[in-house]
Amino acid sequence: MSNEIAIIGAGMHPWGKWGHNFVQYGVAAAREALADAGVPWRDIRFVSGGATVRCGYPGYVAGATFAQALGWQGAEVNTSYAACASGSQALAAARNKILAGECEVALVVGADTTPKGFLAPAGGYRPEDPDWVRFYLGITNPTYFALYARRRMDLYGDTLEDFAAVKVKNSRVGAKNPRARYRKCFTAEDVAASAMVADPLRLMDICATSDGGAALIVCSLEYARRIGKADAPRVAAISTVTPTFASGVVEMPDIATDSAAAAGVEAISYRSSIPLKAYEEAGIGPEDVSLAEVYDLSTALELDWIEDLKLAPRGEAAALLRRGDTALGGRIPVNVSGGLACFGEAVPAQAIAQVCELTWQLRGEAGDRQVKGARVGITANQGLFGHGSSVIVKN
Amino acid sequence: MSDKPLAPAIEGWHTMADKPHLIGSQCTHCDTYFFPPQDQYCRNPGCDSTGFRRVELSRTGRIWSYTNACYQPPAPFVAPDPFEPYAIAGVQLEEEQMVILGQVVKGVSVEDLKVGMPMELVLETLHETEEDIKVTWKWRPLAARANSGRGA
Repeated sequence: MSNEIAIIGAGMHPWGKWGHNFVQYGVAAAREALADAGVPWRDIRFVSGGATVRCGYPGYVAGATFAQALGWQGAEVNTSYAACASGSQALAAARNKILAGECEVALVVGADTTPKGFLAPAGGYRPEDPDWVRFYLGITNPTYFALYARRRMDLYGDTLEDFAAVKVKNSRVGAKNPRARYRKCFTAEDVAASAMVADPLRLMDICATSDGGAALIVCSLEYARRIGKADAPRVAAISTVTPTFASGVVEMPDIATDSAAAAGVEAISYRSSIPLKAYEEAGIGPEDVSLAEVYDLSTALELDWIEDLKLAPRGEAAALLRRGDTALGGRIPVNVSGGLACFGEAVPAQAIAQVCELTWQLRGEAGDRQVKGARVGITANQGLFGHGSSVIVKN
Repeated sequence: MSDKPLAPAIEGWHTMADKPHLIGSQCTHCDTYFFPPQDQYCRNPGCDSTGFRRVELSRTGRIWSYTNACYQPPAPFVAPDPFEPYAIAGVQLEEEQMVILGQVVKGVSVEDLKVGMPMELVLETLHETEEDIKVTWKWRPLAARANSGRGA
């Protein structure tokens, strides 16, 4: 039996700093996805929302919030929270429902309104919460991105110019994406002139936080055939595996790694374990991938992900970048949507937005950003507390 | 110099001695170390022990990676006015085989650091309150010990 489901609709509210209620972004994205699929709202039998924890109770029960906003019509609802992987888990919930035969067509939707600046933890004196601890000690999200970036420089010889080149590459395609927040072609000089935030990363190496919403309509292969969309792109894998003990890489928000003194170091790190499972589930390998949408929380992190996805051997992602292989028109384009560099992160919507981009690319509808002959796309995504995801979409 | 008493910013995570140690815990069954100390459940997937002993962790190690903070972090961080940037290091402890993050002592910048550099643990002020001076662990290059009187 096939474990695949079809993606018959995709929609997004443009990313920005609009300052509106998150519900309206989700509704706009859902309506665009429904129109794209040509499926009436009343036919949706499962609404799977990615939660936002920054917008009060309606955000905690986002699935129901969106369902009510679109008009109660008796569908079942679900809300998933998994930090940045919330959207992938919402998609996984819909897939499970469809593959179990309990529903034929589902809406997956996430949206967020984000505060300005650093994402901060709850207050008080709470040493039992690692997120509180690290902020109290002065360790922010960019700290972790910078620690990884510095290791690339000291171990592999990556340079500040390489990191800037990632931003330049992504801004070139992002400028052509009407849904992106930042639509300007930046130069290496622009990056170098931006303020240092966490050495070696400058302001323009680090992604912002944004408002946005993204939605997918997914269904059984049988349903897709019945409505004449047998050729729709398919979800071939969703991986949301945790790291394994003892991981030697210090991960946000922890201030220490596991100790490997007794158990031994687990050779598969957090980031590389996620795509491994995705490849296995889809029954394909990195050589089959036409394009990748990866979580460039920082420019340097895009290079880490390229290696974790096994699109380049460890330490060689910068060589790929320098050859132009990861640019639009290159051998394996990465972040042709513009990536987080051009979108900024809208947490519960971001993993869904990555799948939207793959959907449009695999349909050949990405316009100026189109990757020629795109057949297989992979996403990679990461967040707090061991949450990450990788989704494979194929034709 | 303030004459307020010194107090740990976070209670029970390090000794207050001249040569301070972080206080971790160690599983009495599988010997895995934990920091911050953990004494309720062992996180080794092959161990279901609930027995732990408190241990002082190695106070020296080598830099796994490093960076700095050029902008003031949000609360609960308490920043001096004006904000002073500080370096941050992740230091790998050899015996415990774990990396622990911390600020680097004042006066040491990223230009002074390198992956693999030997570091030692010291105490330094994190911030002051009405009653006391909150100190926490920070990393200092081992080579700097001879000509520095820093530390709380």
